[in-house]
Amino acid sequence: MHSAPYRVKVGLATCGIASGAAKVYSALEQALQGTDVRLERTGCIGMCYCEPLVEVIAPGGESYMYGKVTPEDVPRLVEEHLKQGKPVRELLIMGEGAETDDYSFLQGQHRILLKNCGHIDPEDIESYMAVGGYEGLKKALTSMTPEEVIEEIKRSGLRGRGGAGFPTHAKWSFTRQAPGKQKYIVCNADEGDPGAFMDRSILEGDPHSVLEGMLIAGYAIGANTGYIYIRAEYPLAIRRLKVAIQQAQERGFLGERILGTDYSMQIIIREGAGAFVCGEETALLMSIEGKRGMPRFRPPFPAQKGLFGHPTSINNVETFANVPRILHQGAAAYNTLGTEESKGTKVFALAGKVRRGGLVEIPMGTTINEIVFNIGGGISTGKPFKAVQTGGPSGGCIPAELGDTPVDYESLKKIGAIMGSGGLLVMDEETCMVDVAKYFLTFTKEESCGKCTFCRAGTYQMHKILERITEGKGREEDIDTLEELAEKIKAGSLCGLGQTAPNPVLTTIKYFRKEYDAHVKEKYCPAKKCKALIEYRIDPEVCTGCTLCARQCPAGAISGEKKEAHEIDQSTCIRCGLCINSCKYQAITVISEPRVTA
Amino acid sequence: METNIKTDLKNLAAENPVFAIKEIVRRHSMQRGAAIPILQDIQNTFGYVSKEMMQRAAEFSGIPVGELYSIVTFYAQFRLEPIGKNLIQVCHGTACHLAGAEKITESLQFETKAQAGGTSPDGLFTVEKVACLGCCSLAPVMTLNEETHGRLTPDKVKKIIKEKRRQAEEEKSAGKGASQDA
Ligand SMILES: Cc1cc2nc3c(=O)[nH]c(=O)nc-3n(C[C@H](O)[C@H](O)[C@H](O)COP(=O)(O)O)c2cc1C
Ligand code: FES
Repeated sequence: MHSAPYRVKVGLATCGIASGAAKVYSALEQALQGTDVRLERTGCIGMCYCEPLVEVIAPGGESYMYGKVTPEDVPRLVEEHLKQGKPVRELLIMGEGAETDDYSFLQGQHRILLKNCGHIDPEDIESYMAVGGYEGLKKALTSMTPEEVIEEIKRSGLRGRGGAGFPTHAKWSFTRQAPGKQKYIVCNADEGDPGAFMDRSILEGDPHSVLEGMLIAGYAIGANTGYIYIRAEYPLAIRRLKVAIQQAQERGFLGERILGTDYSMQIIIREGAGAFVCGEETALLMSIEGKRGMPRFRPPFPAQKGLFGHPTSINNVETFANVPRILHQGAAAYNTLGTEESKGTKVFALAGKVRRGGLVEIPMGTTINEIVFNIGGGISTGKPFKAVQTGGPSGGCIPAELGDTPVDYESLKKIGAIMGSGGLLVMDEETCMVDVAKYFLTFTKEESCGKCTFCRAGTYQMHKILERITEGKGREEDIDTLEELAEKIKAGSLCGLGQTAPNPVLTTIKYFRKEYDAHVKEKYCPAKKCKALIEYRIDPEVCTGCTLCARQCPAGAISGEKKEAHEIDQSTCIRCGLCINSCKYQAITVISEPRVTA
Repeated sequence: METNIKTDLKNLAAENPVFAIKEIVRRHSMQRGAAIPILQDIQNTFGYVSKEMMQRAAEFSGIPVGELYSIVTFYAQFRLEPIGKNLIQVCHGTACHLAGAEKITESLQFETKAQAGGTSPDGLFTVEKVACLGCCSLAPVMTLNEETHGRLTPDKVKKIIKEKRRQAEEEKSAGKGASQDA
């Protein structure tokens, strides 16, 4: 028998659970009963494309990562690997004997922030402390003045990860210097970009690092109360935060007279209520105060007049998670990473048409191509790479030709996109860029709080034009009108929502003008996505008359005798595409052809 | 622990809805800006927030009912109508949109007979469109009650709905059996 026992870790973040990780965990729990194997749960390992993930750590410390594990695989894993010491090769994606190229997913990354995610048990404070957790706080409270903490953050070069990249030390320093005894620290965990999940993964996988960051920030600015504003769509993250708060209190890291000093802090969780605009800092504060989340004019900035009228520093989840590392390891170690203007690393939620989607942490300055190809493994559909979208509804589409652009605040801004909070969506040739622009405008139009006329009416107008274009009713002048509207909305909006809402439209026009022209002038959709411009057709040679599609069609548009070729009536077809999925013989195709209009 | 509190309130609500609201208000009485958490708890307990519930909450908390109403209409999370037995939230975030969320919603509408944003005539399903559920690598994604389903296809949707219908049938006949026994 071996001296130290095997350890087995299962990634139990939302994405893992959605892929069935909880079932795998239970199966392992049963199978391992009575053995000395240690079964542990952990957060998101980051390789979401391979979930559920199970890591086996051998007595000698070697790690073996298994991907796409099902409960049915468990008996083999236990028998062959844990009992006989022979790794199960077919399931192995990383570690000695693995035959896949999945190791390159991690090789291109530089994980300092995600170091704990997928390694420690997020519901056990000991697990966090064993890897240096709360050392940063100890150092700050026992050996540094608040000013020194701020100075250290300044030296690290840390900039806000919530999107705008504002220097964190400056925000803290303003809040510290603002007159008033009562001050607040607020964590923005609203993660509004609809295609991003880094903040969720950090909160689910390493919640204490965010609490520790808030505690250090609170000490630096002189706040005794902190709020975490988190979106309600993240129930697991909320639960783990509550557990973490409780444990930190029991350990004396949170509450009265922390670590025996006279610094006290309480942290309160507030759930969002489904309004994107509440990610904006002034709206967020209104929401915590129990009102409608409407942004207000700045100045005064929250650092002067924030929550309940008191000086407040609002920072993003990832920004806070950086703080303990900086304090613990020192600013000098931190700022060796990244570029001149953008220090450290950035976490991205890599998704879309990419082979290996997941949680990715790269040093600032890594290029888009490196992320998409080296880490992401290229395009999942095998079709050519077309674009990436960063920054969600506030960001832009970057075409494949600009794939050499380094990812940092300034470079992305220069090409019309933004760093954003970390959503990175990969698009292939089958993505219609006009449809993407319309998608984002649908979103911003609905999420505009309605306070500024240009934002409210302007986004509505832009959306209407985009809708017209995708319906094949676009007019020659439409693209110019879109550009004019964009400028007006940018200039006439109070908050970032309106100021940035036109970005997806502007960048797609700039880089994919041809596609707009195809829709407007030739009335066709090159990517075959826009419903009004496509047709579904059944190939009579291939159709066997199995009637499956006819039964699936919600519009009753498909007719034909049994065992004879079927036909789609184009005038009743609603182009939902359900028939394509139902056909076993691939007899149905979608087409879009240029039409010359008078 | 958390779920215990929830079932707690739910049991209370089944017995005495007005008292449940009073209890919710009481639990938040020490908080500043409690209006939203109060309304959230009411919705978690009852599944929606009706005008009468707001009236009661206003009475107990002293927050003007107009203020509560303005919050409920501003935030997308709040529902003014009761929901069906099963709540389905289809993600229409960017990743899911690219992966064909529209098709998933279409097939859900077809299978459940509920329109997006509404409840099926048999009261079994409510279908809602939401933004990102944070599982973008598994797009397209939906949640059914508390459970997340990823890498959806119209076929998978069909199976999931069928299974739920079967469960509902079973419960119904089991329920009938029980009431006959009594
Ligand atoms: C419409 C809108 C939505 C926003 N959503 C978020 C969000 O979901 N998360 C976030 O951290 N910041 C968001 N921000 C940015 C915040 O206003 C704020 O700048 C940020 O929380 C500051 O944190 P940082 O300094 O750490 O970056 C949003 C801004 C706007 C205008
Ligand atoms: S876009 Fe659907 S889960 Fe993120």
